[in-house]
Amino acid sequence: MAILELNNVSKSFGVGSNKIDVLTDINLSVNEGEFLAIVGFSGSGKTTLINLINGLHFPDQGEVLLKGNPIVGPGPDRGVIFQNYSLLPWLSVYSNVKLAVDEVFPKMSRSEKEAHILKYIEMVNLTPARDKKPSELSGGMRQRVSVARALAMNPEMLLMDEPLSALDALTRGSLQEEIIKIWSQNKKTAVLITNDVDEGILMADRIIPLTPGPNATLGPEFNVPFERPRDVTNINKDEQYKRLRNEILEYLIEVGSTRRQVSDQKYILPDLKPTMPGRIRLGRKKQKVKYF
Amino acid sequence: MKDKSIKTLKMFGLGFLEPLIRIFSGEEPAKNGKIFFTRALLPLLSIFVFIAIWHAGAMALYNSEADARIEKAREEQGEEAAIAMQECIESGDISCQPNTLPSPAQVYGAFQALCQDHQSISEKKDDFKERVSETNEQREAQGLDPITYTGRPSFLDQIGTSLKTVFAGCLLAMFIAVPIGIIIGLSPSLRTSFNWLIQILKPVSPVVWLLLVFMIVKTVITDPSLDKSFIISFISVGLCAMWATLVNTSMGVSTVDKDFINVAKVLKLNIGQNIFKIILPASLPLIFTGLRITVSVAWMVLIAIELLAQSPGLGSFVWEEFQNGANDSNAKIIVAMFVIGLIGFLLDRIMLSVQNMMSFNKGMA
Repeated sequence: MAILELNNVSKSFGVGSNKIDVLTDINLSVNEGEFLAIVGFSGSGKTTLINLINGLHFPDQGEVLLKGNPIVGPGPDRGVIFQNYSLLPWLSVYSNVKLAVDEVFPKMSRSEKEAHILKYIEMVNLTPARDKKPSELSGGMRQRVSVARALAMNPEMLLMDEPLSALDALTRGSLQEEIIKIWSQNKKTAVLITNDVDEGILMADRIIPLTPGPNATLGPEFNVPFERPRDVTNINKDEQYKRLRNEILEYLIEVGSTRRQVSDQKYILPDLKPTMPGRIRLGRKKQKVKYF
Repeated sequence: MKDKSIKTLKMFGLGFLEPLIRIFSGEEPAKNGKIFFTRALLPLLSIFVFIAIWHAGAMALYNSEADARIEKAREEQGEEAAIAMQECIESGDISCQPNTLPSPAQVYGAFQALCQDHQSISEKKDDFKERVSETNEQREAQGLDPITYTGRPSFLDQIGTSLKTVFAGCLLAMFIAVPIGIIIGLSPSLRTSFNWLIQILKPVSPVVWLLLVFMIVKTVITDPSLDKSFIISFISVGLCAMWATLVNTSMGVSTVDKDFINVAKVLKLNIGQNIFKIILPASLPLIFTGLRITVSVAWMVLIAIELLAQSPGLGSFVWEEFQNGANDSNAKIIVAMFVIGLIGFLLDRIMLSVQNMMSFNKGMA
């Protein structure tokens, strides 16, 4: 049964000649308990798509339905993990999670709340850092806090907007596994936006590519048939994995190249003369001169 | 221990002592000695150079004034009077000393005199208190106001009054500017509608504010038991100094990071929670930057305002000494100048440490 449906959704920004049609004619249906990955180039409108689902933006045309009802705004029923963590820097890890818990469960008793918060901090392995401020944490740890905050709201759906793209490859790998492990505990519906095909294959049940914008739309869907839990090293040797990966990549490269032909505009570069070294260049940042 | 004490020192703006601590803990003595030299000893040296130049300048002015006096005596009264004048000046007699820029030594002497003056006045006060204590008890029993000391305030009392005025003025500025700044910051239309008014009122001179406050206060407050000059001066100080906080608060509130606003939206915070849990903490660093500017502006305009409002404080001290024209008046004015500068510096340092405590690392979040 579809928990989330997007029917003929279009979204553009700006007016007149500045108008940019970001998304055109998006049709998507996400089943309950499913892990869906949307893969696309950067700048193709992935974040706009997730903002349409979480309610920060509204579609110009078409409708976004959550359990059959149109979305009227953001809500704690859809937990969002932002690309840039969006933690409040003046609050500790514990308080950042508590802010969300206070909002979603206002009737919970104090001790219940504390247990609830600590459970999710423990789930993302941050118990030793629970009283630290975000500025004292590494990028991976910050994203864990963001994950804990989203999960602690007990959302019906988890929306992840390139949650791991700012992390290094090793941290990313371990966080991928952790998110999957946490997800598999209660199999909430999850929508992952990513630019990494491997990440999609490793984590999702279904991958849908987003064509490059403007006028981005969803491409054909690819089912990921691998059994869970998936092991990175085993899956890497799997022939089926390689085939699936190549299919998706080929599709993305193909739509990418057709797009490039479409926008084959000639750009005239300004006629500039290179500055010779040793010449005085005006407008350069002055360096501090030490006289003594 | 070492790192902790360095951190504390830095928080209070005493970072220049850091290399000294490192030297004592045996850490790279040569390098840290050099750092200590540049950061602590060189500023001290520059102060000595300043005092030396001041001394030389004061001497030159003293001599030229003395010569002028002798010359004048010679022209008007003849050679004998000139010799008498020269002897008088050389003997150090107060009656004929040239009245010009005082030398550092004279200023130090005036400082000591002021301290002594404070001691003698506080002794007088204690004495007075003792003498009237019985009468005051009786008066209290009768429901009358106690008799208070109404003698001349000492220099230190005047510093106290000035600090009290600045403190009251800054509190007033804070209570007016922060709430209005938040309200203005939240709404772009309010911000644009108030913008011109703020821009027009911001550069108005403290003197004009004082006169405006005077017009209002003299009508509103008719109770003679209230200290009107204090009320006028602290309100004027507050009005002059609040603009920095107002502008900074509204800017801080209106430029809260969009990510934080998105968090608030996703969590569906209501407007009150949004203000107190997201917007206010996010704009605290800018608010405190504004308050720091407010405090330094308040201290700067205070002197002029006290001078005009006849409120007993450093400003009126300076003015009275100037009118007084006694032999050490000039030196006392210079003492007041340094005290004003030093207190302003200390206030700024205190506000800087508060500001540092309040700021979170924005770039890292």
